[in-house]
Amino acid sequence: MSQIETVPKPRRLVEFFLLILALGIGVFANALVNINMQKPFDSDFYVQAGVMTVLAFAMHISLHIRAKYADPVILPIVVALNGIGLAMIHRLDIASGDNAGQRQWVWTSVAVVCSMLVIWLLRDHRILRRFTYISLIVSGLLLIMPLVPGLGAGDINGASVWVKIGSSSFQPGEIAKITLAIFFAGYLSSNRDLIMLAGRKVGRLQLPRVRDLGPMIIAWLASIGVLIFQHDLGSSVLFFGLFMVMIYVATSRISWVVIGLVLLVVGGLVSAKVFTHVGLRIDSWWNAFNPDVFVRSPGGSGQIVQGLFGMANGGMLGTGLGLGRPDIVPFSNSDMIVAALGEELGMVGLFAIVLLYLLLVTRGFRAALGTRDSFGKLLACGLAFAIALQCFVIIGGVTRLIPLTGLTTPFMAAGGSSLLANWIIVALLLKISDAARRPANTVPEPDSIAPDTGTGNGGATATNNSFNNPTQAVKAL
Amino acid sequence: MTEISTLTVTALRFGFLLVLWILIFSIVSAMRRDLVIGRKTKVGAPSSRQARKHPELVDTPPPAKQQAHQLVVTDGALAGTTLELASSPILLGRAQEATLVLDDDYASGRHARLFPQGSRWFIEDLGSTNGTFLADQPLTRALPVELGVPIRIGKTVIELRP
Repeated sequence: MSQIETVPKPRRLVEFFLLILALGIGVFANALVNINMQKPFDSDFYVQAGVMTVLAFAMHISLHIRAKYADPVILPIVVALNGIGLAMIHRLDIASGDNAGQRQWVWTSVAVVCSMLVIWLLRDHRILRRFTYISLIVSGLLLIMPLVPGLGAGDINGASVWVKIGSSSFQPGEIAKITLAIFFAGYLSSNRDLIMLAGRKVGRLQLPRVRDLGPMIIAWLASIGVLIFQHDLGSSVLFFGLFMVMIYVATSRISWVVIGLVLLVVGGLVSAKVFTHVGLRIDSWWNAFNPDVFVRSPGGSGQIVQGLFGMANGGMLGTGLGLGRPDIVPFSNSDMIVAALGEELGMVGLFAIVLLYLLLVTRGFRAALGTRDSFGKLLACGLAFAIALQCFVIIGGVTRLIPLTGLTTPFMAAGGSSLLANWIIVALLLKISDAARRPANTVPEPDSIAPDTGTGNGGATATNNSFNNPTQAVKAL
Repeated sequence: MTEISTLTVTALRFGFLLVLWILIFSIVSAMRRDLVIGRKTKVGAPSSRQARKHPELVDTPPPAKQQAHQLVVTDGALAGTTLELASSPILLGRAQEATLVLDDDYASGRHARLFPQGSRWFIEDLGSTNGTFLADQPLTRALPVELGVPIRIGKTVIELRP
């Protein structure tokens, strides 16, 4: 795994200015909705703008104190995405009379506060490595929770992934993606050498030993289990993709990806045959414009096609916020929020949003490249990839590139659990990027011994150290 | 609420898209200064101002790592023997099929294996009776071998040379 050096500079001022711009976008979007939908600027508007500003700057100040060298562009990107999402949900509320916007406001506040807590309480991301196996157990419990009678909220929209907490429902699987990433990162960073070097070669592929396949099988079973028992195709793909990418990053062995893809294809084909909901999903993707499929009641393609029509109606520049009819599409504020944005902001606006996600993901990978420990590298990579895969699966589904699965659009879609999980991911990425960009001499290294203290050059320290740094050796070629 | 003209609505609509892209370009330009790829590459080399402020960024590059091309026996019965390294793994031991047949009572038949991975060589003990020592540390797993670091098998000591 490679490492990149950078000029150590806090750059909090850059973040400050970008944050103002990002907040401005959120407020502007909300104002546009009010103007275009002939709504008065009531106290709600000002309160919401104020709350968002206070939250964003509280986060900014927390970073200033606790993670001075954190990446300056991550927070503004997330604030902008969240602001646009809130404005869109507010706009759809006006059309449908729902109050999802209020709930989303509450959840945004909770999520930002949790994210701030992570920044304040987590001194160093390497501490999380101690919780490798605890994370595995926690992930297991979180995934089982919705199936426990009395705790689970039962079958909602064809998937049983929610638990009831008081009057609201919560999706524990969203948090599980963080704990699973911590487990994979911890496990792979300890067992990387073993997985990498053992095994025999077949042609160009170096096959892993059977006992090293264990965690892969567990990950596969977990994702298949999610599919069978919770009918949640999206999360199942997400968990498995997360594991595959992390093991590929850890070992740079293409054989893992090949094995993973084979398992995925087998799992996908079998589940398409066995589970009707998966089969229907694929059918409604392939034959979306077939009139029979369009009107079919469970598993029809009406939602996707309505979304496509909406986006076509928006065209290049969009109808303008509040001036289209995205509310016709079912679930337009959660699953189909990308279609709603595509309709009202047009291709130009939607591309801007996709680009914001892309920039966010690249910053995550950048943090992974910069950080000095393999656990941090793997964790940052995994978390950034989780966001990327989620975006790909849902935006690809909405634009009919792949079958539509029920994943949430990070930071935008109505849904508290996803918002909370993604803000925590952002806090972790910020923390890792802080470790990556901080000048080397001030980094406390609790887990690892300081490199090259001047004595021997042999021994485990030196070898391990250079082992994590193959780029230099490659450069010497 | 007063009626707003179509012109204003259109202007605001395009204005929003413009602001969205302004944000993206500001982010990219903020990142541009951050895209320092390695300290040695030309593109990302620190500017003279950065170098003045952060002298640790422009320290002299470490001597380039050399690849091992030779295996030399430095001690034991075979002392002085050299072996050219190709890209294939090397089996060390007393057995006749070994690449380097050790004439050493303390070595096992198939004692250890040296194999290339990427640009470096790794040594792996093949379950020998008396163990393999890399820089006087017993091997418990495959480890990379640096140039000049002694590998001891029984009474034989070998090392890699450029």
